[in-house]
Amino acid sequence: MDLAELNEVAESERSRQKPMRIRCCTAAGCVSSGSLAVKQALDRAIVERGLNDYVQACSVGCLRLCCAGPLVQVDPSQELFEEVKPDQAPTIVQSLLARSASDGVKRGNPAMPFFAKQQPIVLENSGIVEPERIESYIAAGGYRALQQAIREMSPAEVVDAVTKSGLRGRGGAGYPTGVKWSLVAKMPGAQKYVVCNADEGDPGAFMDRSVLESDPHRVLEGMAIAAYAVGATQGFVYVRGEYPLAIHRLQVAIKQANKLGLLGSGIFESPVNFRIDLRIGAGAFVCGEETALIASIEGKRGTPTARPPYPAEKGLWSCPTLINNVETFANIPPILNKGADWFASIGTAKSKGTKVFALAGKIRYTGLVEVPMGMPLRTIVEDLGGGAPDGGTIKAVQTGGPSGGCIPAPLLDTPVDYESLQAVGSIMGSGGMIVMDQTTNMVEVAKYFMEFCMDESCGKCVPCRAGTVQLHRLLTRIAAGDASQAEIKQLEVLCDMVKHTSLCGLGQSAPNPVLSTLRYFRQEYDQSIKKGRISLI
Amino acid sequence: MPGNHPSGDKRFKLLDAAMKKHQFRADALLEVLHTAQELFGFLQPDLLIYIARQLKLPPSRVYGVATFYHFFSFTPKGEHSCVVCLGTACYVKGAAALQNAVEKELDVKAGQTRSDGKASVSIARCVGACGLAPVAVFDGEVAGGLTAEAAVKRVKGWLEHGSG
Repeated sequence: MDLAELNEVAESERSRQKPMRIRCCTAAGCVSSGSLAVKQALDRAIVERGLNDYVQACSVGCLRLCCAGPLVQVDPSQELFEEVKPDQAPTIVQSLLARSASDGVKRGNPAMPFFAKQQPIVLENSGIVEPERIESYIAAGGYRALQQAIREMSPAEVVDAVTKSGLRGRGGAGYPTGVKWSLVAKMPGAQKYVVCNADEGDPGAFMDRSVLESDPHRVLEGMAIAAYAVGATQGFVYVRGEYPLAIHRLQVAIKQANKLGLLGSGIFESPVNFRIDLRIGAGAFVCGEETALIASIEGKRGTPTARPPYPAEKGLWSCPTLINNVETFANIPPILNKGADWFASIGTAKSKGTKVFALAGKIRYTGLVEVPMGMPLRTIVEDLGGGAPDGGTIKAVQTGGPSGGCIPAPLLDTPVDYESLQAVGSIMGSGGMIVMDQTTNMVEVAKYFMEFCMDESCGKCVPCRAGTVQLHRLLTRIAAGDASQAEIKQLEVLCDMVKHTSLCGLGQSAPNPVLSTLRYFRQEYDQSIKKGRISLI
Repeated sequence: MPGNHPSGDKRFKLLDAAMKKHQFRADALLEVLHTAQELFGFLQPDLLIYIARQLKLPPSRVYGVATFYHFFSFTPKGEHSCVVCLGTACYVKGAAALQNAVEKELDVKAGQTRSDGKASVSIARCVGACGLAPVAVFDGEVAGGLTAEAAVKRVKGWLEHGSG
């Protein structure tokens, strides 16, 4: 495969495309609402009407507004159909020929803020390309960045571009990606690895899942560019076992890319070799931590080890290993295609680019949003998300899952970037954003997350293993109204201890939901105790 | 190394093939356990010992790894299964009520299988369909936007057919 052949593939794919395309969302959310049957019904309806030459139905990735699925969108009109049932397929096909005002199919508004205020970079192909056809990705400009990197740039230039772009790790911690790449690139040794962390364990987060299901080639391309930049020949995608569709699409994508010579040996007819294998997780939250993930890929219990040495120095089988998150890799091809300066012009001074969030909970429009860094939280939940449903009021927004915190409504004007979220006691996290309304009890929320951390603690270090159990016990007592004021004090002391003495990120961040609810909703803890006192009298 | 299990069970042949694909490497243990669970439904002690022997690993290592990960199960599953998602989005939208209703209807606690083997109930940390919360998975099929009544309706038929 060389550039001319790549262009040929793109050209023949474009000529194959019909003037009208009916794009049917087949990401997990819509599939569970029955979108596969809708796609089949659309195929039949097109044949029955004899429109094969003008219209085609395609299975695409996430169309984002998960709450209104199954979603169907039409090119070129961009008309959006919501909650589509298979028996409505003939009506949709008919509507392409003659517009009718009311035909019983629910229309969405592609111009509403939920869509209009998004700035898709990671998700630019999501809902447009067909995830199970590499030709579709190539026609959308795919693998161009890899070609450019391998044929026109030196590895050092690729690392420089990533550094200059200001991209930071999208897994949560926000470590500068370029710095990480240059560390691995500088390490001596013939054998290096590139690992994609797709162990999206935060409950309430489904960004990585959607990216993998909607545009798997984008992630593979990002990994291959990284491999070229750091000098790795073997890559692994560590993906959650709970995501069967993402696993399937990755398997298909790897096979297709190998076949076209875009992965494997002699990529783009150069001496560059890069092989990608899948590793399926088995339901352990701690494996999202990089050293635990490495242990798991090696076929061991997923327990973390002390850092340093960092994986960049001693990772998989003690070789230098680059580990990045799905979304981080997905940002790489556009950075090379459009330039580091373009990427650096988006976002804030310290947080560049966009961030994908999974918007869910007590909010009108749930689904996937990608917004520039620095957008106020209020814009995301009130404009894009449409606020709380059924006349409710937003009480808090939870970001960062069990490692993050609850941001109270008065602080909704906080801009979404790494530093600002940390300043208000939460974290960016991987991108789960759960909206809570007035009915949510914050002590119960803290207890919920602590129960999660207690169950998921790997048991290797004592502060986390025993501390989370004690914290959960205290929270249970407080929530039940059995506790005294002194126990709140005890809770605070213990939080501080677990936070500062645990071995890995799981334990170090486990107290965060408690600390942030104590900071902003202390009255609920006090009330809970008072209520218990009164019932005793 | 590739020797079939003395029981003559065909599934061991498939398991051997999976191990061979990974050249009987110890680091493929998780992959092998995934395949074993797919083939046998759950991991029995003698199956774990068989894997240990084939991969030349101490049984303690195989048992230690298998029990570390939530995905692996050591007891047979019920004929029908209901997995209630307790992810954050589902939690704030009332997944606990769903769980209670299903547990009550099927008369079995989460994480367990009914003694008659008709049904099991379990909880998931997050199935990643948060946009549809609250969500449960009935016999592998994800259902979103559930109410407690709707969930009960889905599992109602499971206990019929013969034994009451």
